Amino acid sequence: MEISRRELLTKCSKLLILTATAAKALENSRTAPGHDDTYRMAEHWWGMIVDIDKCIGCGNCVRACSKENQVPQGYFRTWVERYQVTEDREHPLVESPNGAINGFSPATREDTKSFYVPKLCNHCADSPCVQVCPVGATFVSPDGVVLVDPDYCLGCRYCMQACPYGCRYFHPEKEIADKCTLCYHRITKGLTTACCESCPTGARQLVDLKDPKDPVHEFLRNNKVQVLKPQMATGSKVYYKNLDGSVR
Amino acid sequence: MAVHRLLRDSGHLLRPLLILLAGLGIFLLVRSAVVPKAFGQYGHYRPAALAVNRQNPLVFAGQGACVVCHDDEAKARAAGKHAHVACEACHGPQAQHAADPLALKPTLPDVATLCARCHAKDTAKPKTFPQVITAEHSGGVVCNTCHQPHNPHL
Repeated sequence: MEISRRELLTKCSKLLILTATAAKALENSRTAPGHDDTYRMAEHWWGMIVDIDKCIGCGNCVRACSKENQVPQGYFRTWVERYQVTEDREHPLVESPNGAINGFSPATREDTKSFYVPKLCNHCADSPCVQVCPVGATFVSPDGVVLVDPDYCLGCRYCMQACPYGCRYFHPEKEIADKCTLCYHRITKGLTTACCESCPTGARQLVDLKDPKDPVHEFLRNNKVQVLKPQMATGSKVYYKNLDGSVR
Repeated sequence: MAVHRLLRDSGHLLRPLLILLAGLGIFLLVRSAVVPKAFGQYGHYRPAALAVNRQNPLVFAGQGACVVCHDDEAKARAAGKHAHVACEACHGPQAQHAADPLALKPTLPDVATLCARCHAKDTAKPKTFPQVITAEHSGGVVCNTCHQPHNPHL
């Protein structure tokens, strides 16, 4: 069979294009998640709202977090602080006995301004801990949660120094710089976080900033809202309502 | 003569260049072997780590799971002041119980500590939150003698 140069070149290029597309499609089909998963990361941007005027310092969030995430004893992914501000003291008195895992002994002083402040990882959009990780073991997920890759973490603790909120701890058994995952295993299943689930007053609520129907938009519009250490420009996504200026 | 010398001396450059290239080749080979293919898909991290973080088992079942069976308690609760307090806030984590109701029977919470944790008088608590000085309020009588915890009004 005679074949002209033009025909040969056309056939060859057709074959090349077809095999290339087929190979690419095959590759894509392999990398696509196999399980039927309805969770779409691109449709969410998680954060939390905290209403200082509702927190009663019961410590339910701390206990729930510690049980849900098997947080080792003496370490905390979330904790509650009690501020007592007096005019004669330069700095407020801040207490958090054992992270408030057993609550607080009641405050009795009437002449001080006192209130509770629940704290947790702020899931910063421009997270300092992510910026300093030398191995890509900590990262902001596409849905806005700062996570740790337990297999990649070397335990160098740079992130622990970088976090301005003191939200990271060195896990004594896993030997990684562990942190709050915003209950990623729960929120990706349509549940709320363990701390929000067990908060009796609704002082803390998980929010999805990408969901136009989420009450967070109304919350941010109608209240005086503040993040912790705004001067650090971390892009914190934990919004506090009526936060006192003395809180650090 | 000059050309001849150049050819001879270029060996000094060629040999380190070859070593450099070989080193680069080995580096690229090792790199492709140890760095996962998907690394960098979403950012400077391993996308598989997202799945690792999602694997953790549930400990708290969530309010939705409780009301599926316990609708009497859910109704009583919805009518009272504890309407927005989730079941597991007092009863503790029950994912195991939700998965198999017979496997783990929840124990009743210790009323004295449980109620006081929220309702003991504390000046740091919001003023509008109902609080009592426990010793004066009941004189040692347990809370649920008078108050029904699911709908606590008298």
